[in-house]
Amino acid sequence: MSRSDQWKLVLVVLATIAAGWYLYPSYTFYSMTPAQREAMPAQKLTQLRKQAIHLGLDLQGGLQLLLEVDKSHLNPAEAKDAVERAREIIHNRVDQFGVAEPLIQREGEDRIAVQLPGLTDRARAIELIGKTALLEFKLVRSGDETKSAFDKLDGYLAAHAPVPGTDSLLKSHPLTGRMLDQGFVRKEDLPAVERLLASAPVDTILPSDTELLWSDNDVSMQGVTGRMLYVLKHDPEMTGGSVASAEAQVGLEQNNPGAWGVSMKMTPRGRSDFARVTAANVGRQLAIVLDGVVQSAPFVRDKIPTGDASITGGSIDINSAKDLAIVLRAGALPAPVKILEERTVGPSLGTDSIHKGVMAGVVGTAMVVAFMLVYYQLSGLIAVIAMLLNTFYVVACLAGFGATLTLPGIAGLVLTVGMAVDTNVLIFERIREELRNGKSIRQSVELGYARAFRTVFDAHSTAIISGLFLFQFGTGPIKGFAVTLITGLVANLFTAVLFTRMIYDFWLSRGKIERLSI
Amino acid sequence: MLQILHATNFPFMKYRRMAYFFSGAILIATLGWLVVKGPKKSVDFTGGTLIQFSTSRAVSADAARAALDGAGFHGADIQQTTGKRADGTTQNAILIRVQSDTTEARTAAETMASAIEKAAPGTQVALLSDDHVGPKVGGELQTKAWQAILSSLGVILLYVGWRYEFKFAFGGVVALLHDVLVTLGFLMFTGREVSLTVVAALLTIAGYSINDTIVVFDRIRERSKMLRKETHSRVMDIAVNETLSRTVITAFTVFLTALALFIWGGEVLRDFSFAMLVGTVFGTYSSVYVASALALDIWIHLDRSKGIQAE
Repeated sequence: MSRSDQWKLVLVVLATIAAGWYLYPSYTFYSMTPAQREAMPAQKLTQLRKQAIHLGLDLQGGLQLLLEVDKSHLNPAEAKDAVERAREIIHNRVDQFGVAEPLIQREGEDRIAVQLPGLTDRARAIELIGKTALLEFKLVRSGDETKSAFDKLDGYLAAHAPVPGTDSLLKSHPLTGRMLDQGFVRKEDLPAVERLLASAPVDTILPSDTELLWSDNDVSMQGVTGRMLYVLKHDPEMTGGSVASAEAQVGLEQNNPGAWGVSMKMTPRGRSDFARVTAANVGRQLAIVLDGVVQSAPFVRDKIPTGDASITGGSIDINSAKDLAIVLRAGALPAPVKILEERTVGPSLGTDSIHKGVMAGVVGTAMVVAFMLVYYQLSGLIAVIAMLLNTFYVVACLAGFGATLTLPGIAGLVLTVGMAVDTNVLIFERIREELRNGKSIRQSVELGYARAFRTVFDAHSTAIISGLFLFQFGTGPIKGFAVTLITGLVANLFTAVLFTRMIYDFWLSRGKIERLSI
Repeated sequence: MLQILHATNFPFMKYRRMAYFFSGAILIATLGWLVVKGPKKSVDFTGGTLIQFSTSRAVSADAARAALDGAGFHGADIQQTTGKRADGTTQNAILIRVQSDTTEARTAAETMASAIEKAAPGTQVALLSDDHVGPKVGGELQTKAWQAILSSLGVILLYVGWRYEFKFAFGGVVALLHDVLVTLGFLMFTGREVSLTVVAALLTIAGYSINDTIVVFDRIRERSKMLRKETHSRVMDIAVNETLSRTVITAFTVFLTALALFIWGGEVLRDFSFAMLVGTVFGTYSSVYVASALALDIWIHLDRSKGIQAE
């Protein structure tokens, strides 16, 4: 064995051992039954799952979101790291929600891609991730202030938006005429009132530092359901930044002991602020506002030194209470996010896709193997071994890089099988030509490899170029495809050229061979 | 030694005008279709909603439409498909496309499923997939797809131009464009949708086409140095004939794997593998009849302008 062949052998053995080492966790992880996974210590399982090949959402099912952070209302200083902060907060929320292997990445200037494998409760996940969760404590204006605000609005609306019909109350009081008690609007009147408010320049009519906000859905008053319209002091007394912890809890409301809610504990700083605010506003209402909706507006009866506060409301159930506690702990997003793209793959489609992809791979490989063995005989066998080795390396690279295997990725692997033997076909045809030209076996092999290499190199380079553009273009599944294609081409130079050449050298060095099986 | 296509001597270049005519006709049909009708774009590019349900029993598109109308979803494009699962059992599915991507559409899947279940009692409806793409993203993806295809063409032109001569580079890139367009044409003629995965197939075909072309080019370059006395078209014919068996065999192995994907790879990969099948066949054809033939004509033209009698 020549010195260079010894090196090649060492290289091939090392590469194969490394590939096996990278693939072993995948083998262990995916051959485990659910019961075995259950029995494994959680930490060890997480470790193993990290090392095993990641399956794309299209294969294991799950939810994928593309979010855009709306920075239009932020000043330049806030906008600078808004996307990064939003990403971290979303990451915290998802972590606390308990999704295995979530992927939350920044994409481009102001986007965040979220992948939640295995998750099927979409509505809840979107609510959890997309909620801005801006918590504010705002003072409700006093009864007199509220009345005067509504009167001003009535005055404006009566003058500018005459109400058809004969109802004199509605003519003179278009807004308060539709209210039951001060601020309460029946469910059936909501659209009309919302239209009225939208038609008026509310900000200029109301005194400064005053705003109108609705209560949460379905408040009931005297047996009627509807919503409350609150007149609030615009600048908040405190914000969610003072919240240290939040828990979902039952029995927070005295008159509704079965209802779920969220109890909050404040930071030391928040506690003293809260004590100060409550002391200064005894007898007034302090509204708890979440994302611009008044959750509740309890009366402050006394100074509250403990810093305990809670969010309750008719529409909160056990799940939404838990999710609300999560978003309050994780903090508010620096700016609202918009969902640009949402893709869900059900678990059954993913499993079926894996089976079909594997099936196509097995059949395709079998056909190629059969052809190569029939057409090139022993040399064909060498090419087949090289091709299998190639596939083995590519899958190992995917595991090693922490890349994701997607359905197009499986298709890429299958195509790689067909393309991997191409290189050997090129070399073999060249060797055959040299043999026909009367060269000796050794010379023919030598020349075949030397002359084919240039062609193979150029051909692979151009294919890699288009693969790189594919990678740059693609998202998710397509990226997975580009990765398998590119690693397949690179590994192919190693297996189809270096490895097969080494085998030929062994073969030919074992004495005189009359006829080359090719 | 088993050998197909041994020592062939086809006068390939003699018939290149016929090939130009053939390719030209397909390209004109493709471009005409592109301009007049445009490709059927998937939700990836148009934006909108695509929901797929599996149903335990076949539910006709009309029945599903009636059920959805009753539940307040009007004007959805509904398609019923029947396929095989990997285990051989039949899979009935319903595809629902809605152009708009509204907030209501996001939560529609669950409501739709129960509406269909109610309309076809005893049928279980399960969500296979649910895609919502905003119009902004759809438009961007379309731009990105074109950019990716065109810029990879440009870089390949530079690479081949650097490694070979310009006449080859030009022929190679025209052949590549030809293959991508013809594949797109076949996708449109057969009423298939252009999706993200299909664009991936088009880019793979671009890589494969040039790969195949380079094998032929390499031999032409080698032979043109050795056979200086022969006419250019004779040199081309010799080179193409000499590489014919390997051109055919390499195309054949890739074709086999694409065929396996087409037959067994399932519905999700069907359009992708269809594109690969067409691309493999035309990629091989174009190596000879577009890339080499064009290079030959440029070669002859260049020689003539230098006053050398060629052909």
